[in-house]
Amino acid sequence: MAGVLARCTRIPRRQLGLVGTFLNAQQPKTYSNAPPEGKKVGGNLSDEDRIFTNLYGRHDWRLKGSLQRGDWYKTKEILDKGADWIINEIKVSGLRGRGGAGFPSGMKWSFMNKPSDGRPKYLVVNADEGEPGTCKDREILRHDPHKLVEGCLIAGRAMGACAAYIYIRGEFYNEASNLQVAIAEAYQAGLIGKNSCGSGYDFDIFVQRGAGAYICGEETALIESIEGKQGKPRLKPPFPADVGLFGCPTTVTNVETVAVSPTICRRGGTWFASFGRPRNSGTKLYNISGHVNNPCTVEEEMSVPLKELIEKHAGGVIGGWDNLLGVIPGGSSTPIIPKTVCDEVLMDFDDLVRVQSSFGTAAVIVMNKQTDVIKAIARLISFYKHESCGQCTPCREGINWMYKIMWRFVEGNAEEHEIDMLWEISKQIELHTICALGDGAAWPVQGLIRHFRPEIESRIQKFKCVAAN
Amino acid sequence: MLRLPLIRAAGLSGCRLGATGLHTTASKLQAPPEQIEVFIDDIPVLVDPGTTVLQAAAKIGVEIPRFCYHERLAVAGNCRMCLVEIEKQIKPVAACAMPVMKGWRVKTNSDLTRKAREGVMEFLLVNHPLDCPICDQGGECDLQDQSMAFGNDRSRFVDINFSGKRAVEDKDVGPLIKTVMTRCIHCTRCIRFASEVAGVDDLGTTGRGSDMQVGTYVEKMFLSELSGNVIDLCPVGALTSKPYAFVARPWETRRTDSIDVLDAVGSNIVVSTRSGEVLRVLPRLNEEINEEWLSDKSRFACDGLKRQRLLTPMMKVDSKLQPVEWEDALVAASRALQQAPATKIAAVTGKLADAEALISLKDLFNKLGSETLATEQPFPKDGAGIDLRSSYIMNNKIAGIEEADVVVLIGTNPRFEAPLVNTRLRKSYLHREQTIALIGPEVDLTYEYEHLGDSAEVISQLKNGTHPFCATLKNAKAPLIILGAEQLGRSDGSKILAETQALAASLGKTVQAPENWKVLNVLHSNASQVAALDLGYGSSLAEIKAQNPQVLFLLGADDADIKREDFPNTFIIYLGSHGDQGACIADVVLPGAAYTEKNASYVNTEGRAQQTGTAVNPPGMARPDWKIIRALSEFIGVRLPYDTIHDVRGRLEQVAPHLVRYGDIEPANYFAQALELAKKTGSFASDPLELKQKTLDEFFMTDVVSRASPTMAKCVQAVIKQRQAQL
Repeated sequence: MAGVLARCTRIPRRQLGLVGTFLNAQQPKTYSNAPPEGKKVGGNLSDEDRIFTNLYGRHDWRLKGSLQRGDWYKTKEILDKGADWIINEIKVSGLRGRGGAGFPSGMKWSFMNKPSDGRPKYLVVNADEGEPGTCKDREILRHDPHKLVEGCLIAGRAMGACAAYIYIRGEFYNEASNLQVAIAEAYQAGLIGKNSCGSGYDFDIFVQRGAGAYICGEETALIESIEGKQGKPRLKPPFPADVGLFGCPTTVTNVETVAVSPTICRRGGTWFASFGRPRNSGTKLYNISGHVNNPCTVEEEMSVPLKELIEKHAGGVIGGWDNLLGVIPGGSSTPIIPKTVCDEVLMDFDDLVRVQSSFGTAAVIVMNKQTDVIKAIARLISFYKHESCGQCTPCREGINWMYKIMWRFVEGNAEEHEIDMLWEISKQIELHTICALGDGAAWPVQGLIRHFRPEIESRIQKFKCVAAN
Repeated sequence: MLRLPLIRAAGLSGCRLGATGLHTTASKLQAPPEQIEVFIDDIPVLVDPGTTVLQAAAKIGVEIPRFCYHERLAVAGNCRMCLVEIEKQIKPVAACAMPVMKGWRVKTNSDLTRKAREGVMEFLLVNHPLDCPICDQGGECDLQDQSMAFGNDRSRFVDINFSGKRAVEDKDVGPLIKTVMTRCIHCTRCIRFASEVAGVDDLGTTGRGSDMQVGTYVEKMFLSELSGNVIDLCPVGALTSKPYAFVARPWETRRTDSIDVLDAVGSNIVVSTRSGEVLRVLPRLNEEINEEWLSDKSRFACDGLKRQRLLTPMMKVDSKLQPVEWEDALVAASRALQQAPATKIAAVTGKLADAEALISLKDLFNKLGSETLATEQPFPKDGAGIDLRSSYIMNNKIAGIEEADVVVLIGTNPRFEAPLVNTRLRKSYLHREQTIALIGPEVDLTYEYEHLGDSAEVISQLKNGTHPFCATLKNAKAPLIILGAEQLGRSDGSKILAETQALAASLGKTVQAPENWKVLNVLHSNASQVAALDLGYGSSLAEIKAQNPQVLFLLGADDADIKREDFPNTFIIYLGSHGDQGACIADVVLPGAAYTEKNASYVNTEGRAQQTGTAVNPPGMARPDWKIIRALSEFIGVRLPYDTIHDVRGRLEQVAPHLVRYGDIEPANYFAQALELAKKTGSFASDPLELKQKTLDEFFMTDVVSRASPTMAKCVQAVIKQRQAQL
């Protein structure tokens, strides 16, 4: 479920420590309350600006092939420039976490860069990509694993971490296998391990395979899982940057965030920042699935119009653009948006927030008019019901209740006032849980009611008619 | 769930990552914690950094509803009942887990807060069965109370018409706890109690989401000496008392504050009664003794108060005990006492005797010219003997255990001899990095300890500095020695005591602990022992046997090794509550009152006097013990000069004033003098230190009440059954 569910943006100031004041000063510029200056729209990413050049696995994914593509090029020099330089470069690039919450990566990494109290620090890479619709990390893991391995080293150097744990989804067997091979190659080539790349910096990478629980993609549940416990999210505070893996300062980041960092360091933060609208900079892997002619994963510039993305890369909606019903823009936990919104919305953090949805992991699920949208959302709720860890009340009981109501809506076996009740229940879950899984389950329902209420009402009417006859 | 050992494993002994604060960097930066100001409902409060919202609110008397939060357990934060609004934050925070920040304005009764509570309440009730009428928790149920106070006034749960509620199979977790798991709200208090306080990792959760269940995973019993506490902790009726099932409603019962006497801890209890019958025993809060826990024996053995009771006076007629009138029994007893010479009468007191009975009996015997009064459990007479109190009480007090950094247990198994002392040790082990070492048989104490050997010689080695553990002891800032009173009954008891005193004295020299830190502690297992020693019961069973008395008076002495064969021609008078060992060999039986039936004083192992309350009247013709002795004295013709309980206590005050200063502890001193007097040394016996209670099945039946209790018998059976199943 990756970081769609990480509400990092709400980290209280204290957690930020010394950076807190700095952040506060920056905040008006960083977030959506200031009008964007610069580029108004993205798109048409040229081939030389692509970061993931082996996204489709047409070339060799092993060390030899990746060296040819420019990985591990002058890594030592990057490491030698030091933690502050790397963090600054990431800050300049404007990279926001690719797991979904979109927290500025440079700032997140800098939380770790404070004087050590004797405990080791860890980097944890969240490769538990379980969000329905999202399939970007697996492409990196199986076709470009060296980008991730190199990224771990650079991110680890920036944080002063002694080791990285890559928590990989249990179902990703081949991906874990490729990654393990890549790590072994890197060890053998002296790129990681003792004196990595000859920089004098010791860094280890461990792979931990999960057992297929979506909740283990939540950062603290992921940490619990690595520690060998049940994958149940921890209370925050303390945040992982304070007390994380094995009680030590830890940063959990998404695969894509880590994998783009070497290229950013090599080509410069300003290069990366030149893509997309301000505050939404960079390139991004988009996954387009559902009712499109050519479902695909593609690297494209941020702020690309949704319509352009679908038409250009996915071969358009089946039955034409006018046959579009709605789109889930960022993975299953983001609210659905109807066609009217899809016509002009841009694929970036701010514009999707404007239309009451969320950028999430940029996993675009396209539904055309043959879709039973109520059933589609009910199916998603089934998923969340199954994946709720059961620790806290609103999520455990609330999602189960929503599930029951949603499946009655599919038949129409309900009263109209229950639509409002379902809305209230989803609001009762949202923001009241320990982690963000509850929010992720509430949002699709809210999106459905917001945009497709007449559909539900007519379904109920129809059921009543049938029952009366 | 238990997170502290993890931090311990990470070698963070320096930073105290408490269950609440957990903000190391902040606490390190501000070495002297400065109080911060927050506003609870616009009332300013000054609190230490790291205080949670809930604690800050409690400080000004604002109670925030909660289910999973319990102040003695780690914070789980999973019920979400304690959500409160913080001004200028979109998201309500869990008050139990969130440390306050400077200047926060907490709104505990705003619309957002109320709405959040209503929502959580509604969710909890979605799958909670509506079986309050047949639920034993009814009337004392947190869910009931809080849904009244914070819930919505009507239901909108229509799905009951379509799909029904969740149902969960009940678990069999032993003879004490009844489970109705459908009622469970998954607060995990029981799990946290088991793993943190009881130290038995038997409970946990299985399954996810709405399929999550609390249980033992594989079917097994939750067997611990503290298991009953989960019944009190459970906020709903998922875990209730099996022996008390369907017995009474809380509003029908009368509650009497009292003291538990089944071990020497003196746990504070409440006795629930209805129409002259003790129905159950619950713990009562006392931070210095039992906190709010109670051992299973103290809680569940109360059904033993209704069995095997002596209801009428009895006399041996035709070598068979026959019920008689009080007068006949008293005449027979007095005649025997009158006829015997003063050197040929003796008395032994049992573990449940109260201070009033003890003083009456002693006064009676002294008037008859005898001083041969012994306690069931021997105490060495050599050296200072019982003259100096410091050598027979727990000088550091029970709460003081938490301040120690190194504890040496000598010949004791606190887990079963005093479960609530053991919880303190475990608490300090978990939260304060306490090092614990044990001399004696290796037993499971629920925490790790260093086993120094099972020979008494080890005490001398520690004293002489020849033992490897001495390095640790030398660096101890607040060392503590807990000596099991059981060892003092050995033939080399006086040597063990003397050597332990010497060890304590040598450690005392290097102590850097707070002032008045005492090192030596004696842990008793008999509730009457300290009072008896305070009052001067100085004889021993061996002396009595050697004296071959003509009359032997047993004051509830059922556990001593007294056999009829040893006293073939002795007239034995038994005064006590239960027909057990003592009554079997008696010639005259005088029925006394049990601890729930009298207002009596007991002194616990710390030397703290407390009094029991009269919850019910003694059954049949039984009477409070001191009154019987007083009546007997009149028959003998040496009338004791007290007629009321106040007079007896006046007499107690004359002899030992601290015995009537209830609740207080009179600190003992004169350690140096005690050591001086103890110099006469013998040698250690060669046999290793032995314990009576080593495993759980040996814990449940240790006195007349628990031996008569069917529940305790079931517990013993359950432990044996489980052990066999595991083999």
